[in-house]
Amino acid sequence: MATLVGVPAARSSTAASARVASWRRPALRTLSVGLFLLAWHAATLWDLDLYVRFQNIPSPGDVLAEAAELFGSPGFYVHILASLERIWLGFAIATVLGVGLGLLIGRFAFAEDTLLPPIELFRPIPAVAWVPISIMLWPTERSSIVFITTLGAFFPIVLNTIHGVEGIDRQLVRAATSLGAGRAAIFREVVLPGALPSIVTGLSVGMGVSWICLISAEMISGQFGVGYFTWVAYGIVKYAQIVVGMLTIGVLGMLSSALIRLIGARFMPWLPRREKEGA
Amino acid sequence: MSGGPTGRIEITDLGIVFGHDGRRVEAVRRFTLMTTPGEFVALLGPSGCGKTTVLNAVAGFVQPTVGRVVVDGEIVTEPGADRGMVFQQHSLFPWKTVLANVEFGLKMRGIGSMERTSQARAYLNLVGLAGFERAYPGELSGGMQQRVGIARVLVNRPRVMLMDEPFGALDAQTRLAMQELLLGVWREVRTTVLFVTHDIDEAIFLADRVAVMTARPGQIRDILTVKLPRPRAAEVIATPEFMALKARVLAQVREESGRAWIEPRP
Repeated sequence: MATLVGVPAARSSTAASARVASWRRPALRTLSVGLFLLAWHAATLWDLDLYVRFQNIPSPGDVLAEAAELFGSPGFYVHILASLERIWLGFAIATVLGVGLGLLIGRFAFAEDTLLPPIELFRPIPAVAWVPISIMLWPTERSSIVFITTLGAFFPIVLNTIHGVEGIDRQLVRAATSLGAGRAAIFREVVLPGALPSIVTGLSVGMGVSWICLISAEMISGQFGVGYFTWVAYGIVKYAQIVVGMLTIGVLGMLSSALIRLIGARFMPWLPRREKEGA
Repeated sequence: MSGGPTGRIEITDLGIVFGHDGRRVEAVRRFTLMTTPGEFVALLGPSGCGKTTVLNAVAGFVQPTVGRVVVDGEIVTEPGADRGMVFQQHSLFPWKTVLANVEFGLKMRGIGSMERTSQARAYLNLVGLAGFERAYPGELSGGMQQRVGIARVLVNRPRVMLMDEPFGALDAQTRLAMQELLLGVWREVRTTVLFVTHDIDEAIFLADRVAVMTARPGQIRDILTVKLPRPRAAEVIATPEFMALKARVLAQVREESGRAWIEPRP
């Protein structure tokens, strides 16, 4: 009963409790990250061996030192730029193809009958399984990795676009026709903006998948790239570099997803910004 | 616009059947109704009686199975801006501002952006929404959204404004205010209105004539002329004339809605 009464009281709108709420959540979050780092440090400090073994795992301090060194020299940036270029290219191709085909398939039954079956056929195959075929198909390492990246992003983008077009409210189309809109105007003024939220969801998911595909492809067949770098670090026993590679991948992935969301929000000003209660 | 009054609707022997051989639903049967230009006609009937289907046929959303719909001498074959529809709810383009929603029909006609904006603003003024031009529909209340919907249709100077239970989703107070607002707007912009509702008070309060429909398949059961003087204020619903008319309509509607449940008509 006490908690039932306590919850609304904690959310009362007085200035004091608002001030408390404003630093409380960020503080909790920082604390949780701090505790994680501390546990990691302790595990490596004591060479913990509880079935999982920490003897070879670098400590947070080792990683930090290694990161400072890597980011201070130009060599690491070559890998980052190689990965970014592949992501950018693969994702751009997947966006053009996925959105274009998705709009056609969602709008026209003929396009659905001719284009969707092969897409459905290939969709269950994880993009990484394409690596050997891709190496044979494409003349350069760069093009084969871009192909894998494209493939990974393509499916979520095309499927979400189709879903968005098919989910357009029929009443909005009727409203447009009864205001004098023709077919082209309906496509431009109703279908495209109506499908946009779903398309942006597809782009966001696609960006995540294309990073997974990129890193896997680089680990298997690369000579450059953050994925290649991370895998090679294991081979040459530079364990701290592995973790720097991992964190770099994570940060780049996060930034590119944030970029997609930012651009999406810019193009969809009508969508309300969602705020969690208690935030 | 053009010379002479516009907005004459002639619905003749309209019959509409949905579905194919296996599951056929006869929505409307031998429906005939004429309106004079500038007239306000309410289509009243129990739910599922096909009144919205009649409206959709005038809009051009559905094709007659038999019979025909003629507006100002032209047979209706497809939707058009001369027959704008105000829907029950959620029919504004969520991604367009209030102003852009109202400008939509003018944009479709290729009218320049300055001219569009000034006309749209005039109609937003008319429905009492000056100052909300830049808002998105999602930021407006249900009643305000419907007012935008009305302005969006009227800005095209349609021959006919079709209204499909436009206030059905609003609360009672807002509905009453919207009915008064609609009458005020209609006084300014004399266009023919075909107004579908299942609310007897609403039909009598607004209309020149109330067409009572039978249960499905929908036919005209009776057409009553409302002789209440205009302009009408909300108080009119408490007058004996209103009450008497309501009693007559109510008896008919009850009989029809009872029939809708008891005997499926052959």
